Amino acid sequence: MKTTRLIIVAVGGQGNLLASKVLGEAALIEGVEVRMSEIHGMAQRGGVVESAIVFGNATSSIISDGEADILLGFEPAETLRAIGRCSADTKVVTNTATLPPFTVGIGKGAYPEVEEIKRVLKEKTAGLVAIDAMALAKEAGSPMSVNIVLLGALIQTNALGFSKESVIEAIRRRTKPAFLDMNLKAFELGFEAAANSVV
Amino acid sequence: MHKLLKDSPGEKIMLLGNEAIARGAVEAGVAFATTYPGTPSSEISLNLFQMSKESDLYFEYSTNEKVALEVAAAAANSGLRTFCMMKHVGLNVAADPLMTLSYVGVTAGMVILTADDPAMFSSQNEQDNRYYAKFGGFPMLEPSSVAEAKEMIKEAFELSESLKQPVILRTTTRINHSNAFVAFGEMKERKTRGRFEKDPMRCVTVPAVSRGLHVKLLERLDSATGLAEKSDFNFVQGDGPLGIIANGVSFHYAEDAVKDLGIEDKTRILRLGFTNPMPAGLIKDFLKDCEKVLVVEEGEPFMEEAVKAFAQEAGITIPIQGKSADLFSRLYEYDPAMVREKIAAFFGFDYTPVNKIDTSDIPEIANRPPNLCSGCSHRATFYAVQKAAEGMDIICPNDIGCYTLGFMPPLSTGDFVICMGSSVSSSCGFGRATDQKVVSFIGDSTFFHSGITGLVNAVFNKHNFTLVILENGITAMTGHQPHPGVDMEQMGMPGYGRVDIEQLVRALGVEHVSVIKPFKVKKSMETIREALAFDGVSVIISKEPCILWAKSMKLKKVRPFEVTDKCTDHKECINGIACPSFYIEAGRVKIDANTCVGCALCAQICPDNAIRPLKQ
Repeated sequence: MKTTRLIIVAVGGQGNLLASKVLGEAALIEGVEVRMSEIHGMAQRGGVVESAIVFGNATSSIISDGEADILLGFEPAETLRAIGRCSADTKVVTNTATLPPFTVGIGKGAYPEVEEIKRVLKEKTAGLVAIDAMALAKEAGSPMSVNIVLLGALIQTNALGFSKESVIEAIRRRTKPAFLDMNLKAFELGFEAAANSVV
Repeated sequence: MHKLLKDSPGEKIMLLGNEAIARGAVEAGVAFATTYPGTPSSEISLNLFQMSKESDLYFEYSTNEKVALEVAAAAANSGLRTFCMMKHVGLNVAADPLMTLSYVGVTAGMVILTADDPAMFSSQNEQDNRYYAKFGGFPMLEPSSVAEAKEMIKEAFELSESLKQPVILRTTTRINHSNAFVAFGEMKERKTRGRFEKDPMRCVTVPAVSRGLHVKLLERLDSATGLAEKSDFNFVQGDGPLGIIANGVSFHYAEDAVKDLGIEDKTRILRLGFTNPMPAGLIKDFLKDCEKVLVVEEGEPFMEEAVKAFAQEAGITIPIQGKSADLFSRLYEYDPAMVREKIAAFFGFDYTPVNKIDTSDIPEIANRPPNLCSGCSHRATFYAVQKAAEGMDIICPNDIGCYTLGFMPPLSTGDFVICMGSSVSSSCGFGRATDQKVVSFIGDSTFFHSGITGLVNAVFNKHNFTLVILENGITAMTGHQPHPGVDMEQMGMPGYGRVDIEQLVRALGVEHVSVIKPFKVKKSMETIREALAFDGVSVIISKEPCILWAKSMKLKKVRPFEVTDKCTDHKECINGIACPSFYIEAGRVKIDANTCVGCALCAQICPDNAIRPLKQ
């Protein structure tokens, strides 16, 4: 497989690391080599969690600025903040549901309009899929499944070339039994929503 | 069963670097393991801790790294395979026993892991601990990947046993916190009962003995050099006149760069994985076939200086470079594109960097700084101290832990932080050197780690400050590890003792000791005022469990609060305590019921009495 570099950005508690592990498991099922690196030092205290996943034949496990093939953002402002990792050829998949930083919550910082975020991402990259993953996660049964909704959207873009079946099997392997049905529904909802959400 | 205890050779699973290292240690038959938690090493010990509950592996969280190393040294000299792991700055704490343990050596395999943190993702400095190997005379191995880390620790135990010398395994964050597929290997049987054979001429380091031991250490290092020359961890890849010497994760950045630039047929890479002692013969051989050499290593010019010295010995005068203003930096971590660009520049290849996106015109995005959690009791303690000390000129030395975040406004209670335990000792200095009032903070785990000794000093020398010990019942920052003050019965783990901080502090001779419940704000402030008025050393123990821990142990019932119509909008809550559950909507303060845990701190400080439990 040609080397494909995926960056996932999220806020602490959104399930970024589980999503990465599901993709890693899917790579194992597909027979694709993978290396991942994560940064989550202060995540539990409200910070940003970033995963870098390198699929294919490269041997590094981190991704330099401008070199991500895909950017998957769990929170729109964080997606925009990570735009430096992209080039004009990068595909972007983002959640549109916001989690404003505390500084914004108390009126000491600006949060860009979501429409403006979408416009900038679309203008500067090779394609944007934007969905309200929070609404779909709630529909699936819990806000906790936002990460799996977004995996559904990512797989719909076919940017990784993984089959839907492989990813579903990976979700089965990596999900606690009590949450499996909810996550499978979340995946389907994200998968369907992304088909109609290219902007 | 713990996933890393499965006896299923050949099974391939996705593992975090730290999990792979723990698994490698178990495959090597490790029987005894000690640590003090520190990122990026924490998950190694977490997994060994979990496995120790299900097997005869002995594991302990020691009070600090020096203690951990001393405990481990005894086990390794009783014939048990022993593993001692810590973050890079932890090795500074353990440096004292480290430097003499190299003289004494071991009778069974012992591996000391240092997890270095280039770019300081969660550390106060980015020191390069390879120098400790050189400084103390330890053989050192450095993996380049997750899978290799697992194999290397097994080799490290073998190497240690053959040399009778502890071996340093040096990782960096990008090994510890990377994931990759790893195949399980065979499990070596664990030997869990040892015996110490007395050998005073090796183990009792009085000067007359140590003089002889230093000679023997140098002999062991000579043997180690021979092994490094032949080690499979040091290998040459590719063929061509352009040489690259690389270690650790930098090797893979260099390997990818050579491929990306299409210069495989012109380039040879010497990957060094056994890096102390440096294999002089191998390096000289490599240099002979090169026209020009670039050394790619994060951190300090550890290999570069050695390579240049070997070249001089061999009379080789080719250009050898690594760190310089226009090549590699001694700062932060490297990345693949940067390594590719430097390789192209050094060897004179055309290279067009990717067309990065112009980010000059993107909308402004507010930062997302880390913050004390909603319902964190440290916030209440900091607030109460600030209020109690209003009008006083105070200095607040702080320490290493979640509570370091107290330095941020509006709490602003962190004026000086250098290392674990430093809040107490530096308070001694500030109290003596200035006329300001000193109020310092330390967590319970950190107090046991190295705060106690500072307090002993304060009592003896009659210093003048107030120390607040934030007793939240767990080591919170690194992920809820136990410490000597933790109630292990509550964790479902009998068989441990428990040290009571209040009794301990009184026993040290502190004359003014008080205990507060920080969520009782008014009462806490009164007690703090009394402590501040005391001339001499006073200690306040602020007792309240870590909210994340309490929630996970189901010790706390969450009951969110709300802001009622009585609010007249002076925002004392936001300006005073800045809990992340607050937000402003249409100019009014609101509380996010999804994140509020109902600590009631804001309810107590609201002058309007407008914050009440949410009616459900």
